[in-house]
Amino acid sequence: MMKCTQATQLLSEKLERPLNTTEKLSVGMHTAMCPACRRFGKQMLLLRGLARRYVAPSKDA
Amino acid sequence: MPNAAQPNPFEPDKHLFDDTVFMQTLRTQMLKFAILQVRNETLAEDAVQEAILSAYQHIERFNRQAALKTWVFAILKNKLIDLLRKEKRYTDAKILDSGAGRNDEALLDNLFTEQGYWQKDQRPQKWDEPDQDLESHHFWKIFDTCLDALPARYSRLFMMREFLELDSREICDNEALSISNLNTTLFRARLRLRECLEDNWFAGEHPL
Repeated sequence: MMKCTQATQLLSEKLERPLNTTEKLSVGMHTAMCPACRRFGKQMLLLRGLARRYVAPSKDA
Repeated sequence: MPNAAQPNPFEPDKHLFDDTVFMQTLRTQMLKFAILQVRNETLAEDAVQEAILSAYQHIERFNRQAALKTWVFAILKNKLIDLLRKEKRYTDAKILDSGAGRNDEALLDNLFTEQGYWQKDQRPQKWDEPDQDLESHHFWKIFDTCLDALPARYSRLFMMREFLELDSREICDNEALSISNLNTTLFRARLRLRECLEDNWFAGEHPL
């Protein structure tokens, strides 16, 4: 099985490019077993959302 | 002719610009953002100045601080992107590398075991979103601090990607970076940012 170091790297890279089928499968299998990386993946998306809100804080104030 | 004595609902709120504390904070934020991107204080100052001026010229559009802030950052973003596209000269790999910090590997060692799995006490925890207004202000301060804590090269590339929303190819062209180099740097920036936010905000001990 894929290691957490590889899974997290791909979960970050997913924000730059679409993963290929093999990568998707391996990451999917890994995150199904690994709650820590599952959270990491969600937090990567959240981080992107936060960065957008930081620049355009339309929801605040 | 409109009667000056009559309150006009469309009258722009010039007071936004009179709020010196707000304007000063905004200016500082913009400048920090711009300098990280163009690495030239004069160019950065100019871009910030132009963005604020252009907001002033469209003053009728804003009735709230948030609207003004969104506007000037959008203008500033475009100006910075123009500058970056025009001048590919700004990459000085040596300068960038000197700010990169030497302990990248140490970071990874800290977070993961030798076998490549999360260290037990470093596993990502569940985050509650900072959506309450009261909390937001404090949250953004921490976000700021965490960005500041990144090595300059990390925060610069992270901001290009996430704040200016440039795509990877363009960043690589501009910065004379390989795509894998960029991906690794972004990955490390996100690892650090994630950890910093979790430790300082999501760990749940922030005072209110």
